[in-house]
Amino acid sequence: MEPSKNDSADKTKMQAYWKKNISYLLILLSIWFLVSYVFGILLVEPLDQIRLGGFKLGFWFAQQGSIYTFVILIFVYVRLMNNLDKEFDVDEK
Amino acid sequence: MDITTLTYIIVGITFALYIGIAIWSRAGSTKDFYVAGGGVSPVANGMATAADWMSAASFISMAGIISFQGYDGSVYLMGWTGGYVLLALLLAPYLRKFGKFTVPDFVGERYYSQSARFVAVLCALFVSFTYVAGQMRGVGIVFSRFLNVDINTGVIIGMCIVFFYAVLGGMKGITYTQVAQYCVLIFAYMVPAIFISIQLTGNPIPQLGLGSEMADGSGFLLDRLDGLSGELGLTAYTEGQKSWLDVFCITAALMVGTAGLPHVIVRFFTVKRVKDARSSAGLALVFIAILYTTAPSLAAFGKMNMINAVGGKEGIAYKQAPDWFKSWEKAGLIGWPDKNNDGTLQYRKGRAFTENKLEKAEGDATGPFGQVIYANEVDASSENEVYVDRDIMVLANPEIAQLPNWVIALVAAGGLAAALSTAAGLLLVISASVSHDLLKKGLMPNISEKTELVYARISAAVAVVIAGYFGINPPGFVASVVAFAFGLAASSFFPIIIMGIFSKRINKEGAIAGMITGLLFTLIYIVYYKFIDKDATLLFGISPEGIGTVGMILNFIVTFVVSLITPAPPQSVQELVENIRYPRGAGKATAH
Repeated sequence: MEPSKNDSADKTKMQAYWKKNISYLLILLSIWFLVSYVFGILLVEPLDQIRLGGFKLGFWFAQQGSIYTFVILIFVYVRLMNNLDKEFDVDEK
Repeated sequence: MDITTLTYIIVGITFALYIGIAIWSRAGSTKDFYVAGGGVSPVANGMATAADWMSAASFISMAGIISFQGYDGSVYLMGWTGGYVLLALLLAPYLRKFGKFTVPDFVGERYYSQSARFVAVLCALFVSFTYVAGQMRGVGIVFSRFLNVDINTGVIIGMCIVFFYAVLGGMKGITYTQVAQYCVLIFAYMVPAIFISIQLTGNPIPQLGLGSEMADGSGFLLDRLDGLSGELGLTAYTEGQKSWLDVFCITAALMVGTAGLPHVIVRFFTVKRVKDARSSAGLALVFIAILYTTAPSLAAFGKMNMINAVGGKEGIAYKQAPDWFKSWEKAGLIGWPDKNNDGTLQYRKGRAFTENKLEKAEGDATGPFGQVIYANEVDASSENEVYVDRDIMVLANPEIAQLPNWVIALVAAGGLAAALSTAAGLLLVISASVSHDLLKKGLMPNISEKTELVYARISAAVAVVIAGYFGINPPGFVASVVAFAFGLAASSFFPIIIMGIFSKRINKEGAIAGMITGLLFTLIYIVYYKFIDKDATLLFGISPEGIGTVGMILNFIVTFVVSLITPAPPQSVQELVENIRYPRGAGKATAH
């Protein structure tokens, strides 16, 4: 841990970093919820009326699409956070 | 070369590889032993996490379950992958910054309480032992089916191998062995899937094959499968039978349970930096997703091949049944009670037998057509005459699709890799819980690092023996206790770890009350519906597998309310929470 300067500028900066982090989390977790619980479970029947090649769309989300989205979500998060760490100068040297 | 010799050769080569790696990377310090020195690269850690996570159940059973449940099997696919999003976003980076060795370590320090640590140790031990018993059994089954040795001998061979590299290598040895095991298991899973996908649809990518047209021109594979299921009176493959609420709860319990499992969380203590913890969760999910997106394809292909092999609606005479049907019948995994005595296989809706484990009748009796007679009670309420064990879908798929013998041998090596890698990871959690949390941080705080390492090795050794014992004498409820492991991890660890990171106000009173409420509620519900009154009407139709979700919500509420009405945590703890939120300085945090 770096010696922490307890001045208020530092503190406000840290709070801004954390707030930004939380807003990323909320957006990404909403997508996480949408593709699995909403598309794959709650709306599976109406979505099944739509076709994606040989797949019914709801079924595709439940067995394939949600998993692909999960992978993408994590890498988007990694990218966003690496940039945020640099921007607020809290990244590891 | 015959299958058994080939299997011996392939399994032998992989085992030699694992042992070689263990010797090359053995642990020298407690830090090596618990967290592999904290310097594993994200790619290696991702592969190791994937192998650690994908157990015998993922490799052998999952595709089979999906094959029989169709859409309803999606809970496993979403549930066992979605948890990694929670891990990467909500847990891994902060726990890495916190920088200790175990989950109970975090609970103990964040909630400044030995009792909280102790409750966490108990949960970790319970969850891990439940899981590891199943793995040893899986090792035994693969040995007995493919290498013609007794199940118990198989378990003992598995014990010796795991003993060797887990006790000697600790986390360091395990991590590098798991990298090798991942390569073996994914290769063994993909090769048959690609072959079968080409046979059925002409598309070499199984994920796309699932949505392709049949090579024989009979329309899209999934439509064809829905049609065939309809002819046999089964639920359409792409539609489910479970209520949406139940599917919702089971998926959530599996996801959150994954993120709360100690042997998964501990992987993120092994990387160098906080940013590596984030990316290795992502890489782990990539490696897992390769298998998990292939599984539904394998499931649908297997179902299609099976329905065709038993002659569809008309059925075929037992005498003309394919060879694999008879050889797996001899192994007790396929059964044909000829209910109407017409000598023809009839595959229909419902159960062939009332039970799900077949026992051969005395003296290996055979029926009028040469079929194996089982001692199990025939289910007269259904016309279905074909019993197929779920595990066959992966293990027998290569035979059903008439693939070459080396592919079959490869599947055996893959199943063993999946079971051994998970068993080793769990044994390490058990040994760290005992030597680190219970002894060093609890009963014997003054022992030196060297003595702690000796205790760690002894407890790993004892754990191997206990796991082996359960593998040889499995408690009758092994299958149902898996529901325990996820439900308990979801309802005990997850809420208090999340709140411990995202709130400074949550205190020890809240955490202990929350953990106990979540744990007890889930435990009582599962025990009641699984063992005491199996036929009772379920609460809101939520099955025991999904009740961990409700337990988790209760835990959140209780922890929150109790914390608000009791004093805030001490300043030092609030500073700790502040500190783990920012990545800088993670390297130094590992020191005690």
